[in-house]
Amino acid sequence: MTLTQVPLEPVWLTLKLATLTTVLLLLVGTPVAWWLARTRSWWKHPISAVVALPLVLPPTVLGFYLLLLLGPNGPVGHLTTALGLGTLPFTFAGLVVGSTLYSFPFVVQPLQNAFEALGSRPLEVAATLRATPWQAFTTVAVPLALPGFITGAVLGFAHTVGEFGVVLMIGGNIPGETKVLSVAIYDHVEALEWDQTHWLAGGMLLFSFLVVLAMYLVARRARQVAL
Amino acid sequence: MNGMWRKLMVAAAFSLAAVSASAAEVTVAVAANFTSTMKTLAAKFEAKTGNKVVVSFGSTGKLYTQIVNGAPYDVFLSADTARPQLLEQNGKAVVGSRFTYALGRLVLWSAKPGVVDTEGTILNDGDFEHIAIANPKTAPYGAAAMEVMNGLGVYDTIKSRIVEGDNIAQTYQFVATGNALIGFVALSEVEAKKTGSWWEVPQGYYTPIRQDAILLKRAAHNAAAKRFMAFLRSGAAQAIIAGSGYGVDQ
Repeated sequence: MTLTQVPLEPVWLTLKLATLTTVLLLLVGTPVAWWLARTRSWWKHPISAVVALPLVLPPTVLGFYLLLLLGPNGPVGHLTTALGLGTLPFTFAGLVVGSTLYSFPFVVQPLQNAFEALGSRPLEVAATLRATPWQAFTTVAVPLALPGFITGAVLGFAHTVGEFGVVLMIGGNIPGETKVLSVAIYDHVEALEWDQTHWLAGGMLLFSFLVVLAMYLVARRARQVAL
Repeated sequence: MNGMWRKLMVAAAFSLAAVSASAAEVTVAVAANFTSTMKTLAAKFEAKTGNKVVVSFGSTGKLYTQIVNGAPYDVFLSADTARPQLLEQNGKAVVGSRFTYALGRLVLWSAKPGVVDTEGTILNDGDFEHIAIANPKTAPYGAAAMEVMNGLGVYDTIKSRIVEGDNIAQTYQFVATGNALIGFVALSEVEAKKTGSWWEVPQGYYTPIRQDAILLKRAAHNAAAKRFMAFLRSGAAQAIIAGSGYGVDQ
């Protein structure tokens, strides 16, 4: 068997899912991390706990509740149907929603750590130089927290690529729509197709190693630049 | 310290002896469709013999792969004949112990009443968003569902609306939660609850789903496992199986 005989559609689908999820995670995760890093509200702790939940919960728990919530009998399902979007299980959009929830702490926590490490001093200095809070955030906080952004993005991306349980629960194994790499590998294993399994699983192993290695190298470099 | 060690060794020896004395235990790997029936059978067998039954459920394909890779099961209740035959050929099972314990029956089911009529016309009307089937590559009920859809000539038109469950139990769950309006599931699953609406697919529409049991190599000398195999063939067990939505060999 050669590579050309291995169905590669799941690979592209997985990369598309992970990329979209990472972008969404950075957009939603940044304000949450910023708030968590700077607030003195009592709410910080319960909110942090909710953000960290996917680290502890088995994907089956998340998948189960997503299936009930997003399905035609669930409250979110009612809402999406009323908006004319249909229901989310068995769709690519549903996987994006599930992955975003599942990988949330992997992006928020590095960002929060980076923001906390800044302290308030650089922002106070920026304020005395007449920077608006938004300018201070974009021109001071973001560049200084760059290693946190890189770590968060890489972890969010890699964790989405490696996701399996949630997808299995809400995906429905539809080629080109929800049949991502991890599920395709599982399928090949069950169908005793070891050749395809080795190509895909071996590729995944190599890819994961390179991602993590790159993350360490980039984070080290970013730290050196920041210093 | 020395005395403590001796005590520990003695305690360990005793507990080992206790384990082997109560070793009348059968570990059974069971195809997902047979889950509820197996629970009934296991309770009956335990009450009758005092032996303990430990059950693992999963798709036939997954259980097969686990057995080939040394999973500690004594008996395999497959949802097909192919995989038990392969185990025989691979030397992983006891040759000659294989028999058909149940004939699977396929149903088109909806959790909603009045959706599926007794002819299955909804397949032609196409009035549904998703239809759930078990993964046809690994689950015999999924392969049978494909046969039915192809035979009725509806496969090409509804192909894009098919969602696959990992096994027949997950397929049932997709339909039960309403995420798929209809789905091909096992009659045994519908018989257990009798809710919603369904069409029992006529036997002529698909190759009979012969579900074979086989004694695995590691249990070749396990009396409890052999007793369980014999129990499964007994009139009492076959009556329970027939009453749970399966056909049985006469």
